[in-house]
Amino acid sequence: MVRKEKFIEGFFFINGMAVIIVLLGIFVLLIVNAIPAFRDISVWDFLTGKVWNPEAYGKPSFGIVSMVVSTLMVTAGSLIVAIPLGIGTAAYLTDVASPRVREIAKPVVEILAGIPSVVIGFLGIVLVGPIIAKLTHQTSGLNAINGSILLAVMALPTIISLSEDALSSVPKSYTEASWALGANKWQTLITVKIPAASSGILAACMLGMGRAIGETMTVLMACGNASAFPHSFIDPVKTMTATIAIELGEVPYNTTHYYSLFAVGLVLFIFTFFVNLVSDTFLHKYEKVNR
Amino acid sequence: MEQGRKMVEVMNFNFFYGHAQCLKNISFDIAAHQVTSIIGPSGCGKSTFLRCLNRMNDLIPSARMEGSIKIDGQDISAPGLDVVSLRKKVGMVFQKPNPFPKSIFDNVAYGLRINGTVDKHIGDKVEESLKNAVLWDEVKSRLHESALSLSGGQQQRLCVARALAIAPEIVLMDEPASALDPVATAKLEELIIRLKQKYTIIIVTHNMQQAARISDMTAFFMQGDLVEFGLTNQIFTRPKKQITEEYITGRFG
Repeated sequence: MVRKEKFIEGFFFINGMAVIIVLLGIFVLLIVNAIPAFRDISVWDFLTGKVWNPEAYGKPSFGIVSMVVSTLMVTAGSLIVAIPLGIGTAAYLTDVASPRVREIAKPVVEILAGIPSVVIGFLGIVLVGPIIAKLTHQTSGLNAINGSILLAVMALPTIISLSEDALSSVPKSYTEASWALGANKWQTLITVKIPAASSGILAACMLGMGRAIGETMTVLMACGNASAFPHSFIDPVKTMTATIAIELGEVPYNTTHYYSLFAVGLVLFIFTFFVNLVSDTFLHKYEKVNR
Repeated sequence: MEQGRKMVEVMNFNFFYGHAQCLKNISFDIAAHQVTSIIGPSGCGKSTFLRCLNRMNDLIPSARMEGSIKIDGQDISAPGLDVVSLRKKVGMVFQKPNPFPKSIFDNVAYGLRINGTVDKHIGDKVEESLKNAVLWDEVKSRLHESALSLSGGQQQRLCVARALAIAPEIVLMDEPASALDPVATAKLEELIIRLKQKYTIIIVTHNMQQAARISDMTAFFMQGDLVEFGLTNQIFTRPKKQITEEYITGRFG
């Protein structure tokens, strides 16, 4: 009996360790492969250079500023669309929708999270792109705003679902107190419920942002992939993720270009790590307040 | 304001949650500037009745009412009634202190702000309300600290101040002392007696000594019926009905 117990314990221990080791392994692989890039490129040039042209004859350049700006633009654009829409939908589901509508709408929103990113990218090419091209009088609609709209669609389920949880866990006594003072639903929502749920809503937005920063296939398909520094939302952009995905398959092994792509991956990892760290902090703060 | 004016007139009032009838044919009048307590065993409908007076039951989808309740001559059970203006006239203090997670000042100012009071008057009104709720001296030096830093008794008096700020005529209290210790309860009771000069107080309580101490009139509810209503003194010393006597002497409930 004791031996059986020990065996089961050991089994779960190995499982748990395996996951941690794999995750650490990915991180180590990223660092080990990123370091050799800086034998040929200075860290300063890498982080501040605007031009990314690793295959240029004679003098290749490895500046990531354009792709970092592209990633931030597409992400910020998606959040500008997704946050008001997401919080609005969450507020509708908690405060306005009848229980029946809520029962149907919530699973539908969650199904939205399961749509493969390549399908969303496809919609970007055949549906959103032509509309943008028409509205902006350009030949192609594959640009930053296209990616922003698609990423917003992808971040929405996370934002709606978590904001809805945060809003519905606001104690009913706050709502009642507000109603009893002559506030209507709208005033109660804006002045009591959203402030009380703010840390949960913030965490929801940060997680949505994490999703948007790391997304690859959609932006690769819909953003046009031009390495030039973007000047507006209707310029085609090439994000960090798209750069890695496009170039890593073609690049000669063990070259500076090869290693530099890992360095880009490392920068991306640092970004997402901080976003997740911040959202986690908010989420825990919010759990504490509502306990 | 004369003493005997009828503030609330309840006529053949019935209330249902879905198919369950919670209040059965209730009729009685509540006079202005008095403390009226509603007593009765758990589930007798006393809180439900209280929440009909400011239409808080509207939050429950299956709630339905029949008959009439008139406040100051106006029927408040009509479906198209402006509940917002009703709730400005009929304030409420809840069972558990429920200040908003905002500052002490902002809690009291909340009702004023949503009702569009101009900013320069808000400070004065907050001070006045806190003084009315006998809380001013305890909090005047820390108005901008979180309301959640106050003790339970102080929080409940803050909720009273918050309700008074929008100048209601009636203040409903749903077992306001049930979460408080004896000292905080005594302070709250003192406050309630003092408030009746300006307001009409209707209080639901489980505590019969409390009802006897603070109220002028007492209504005894049981299983949705109004069993007996009269002067507090009479109800507690010479109840007309056997069942009232059994309840107040603690034989059940």
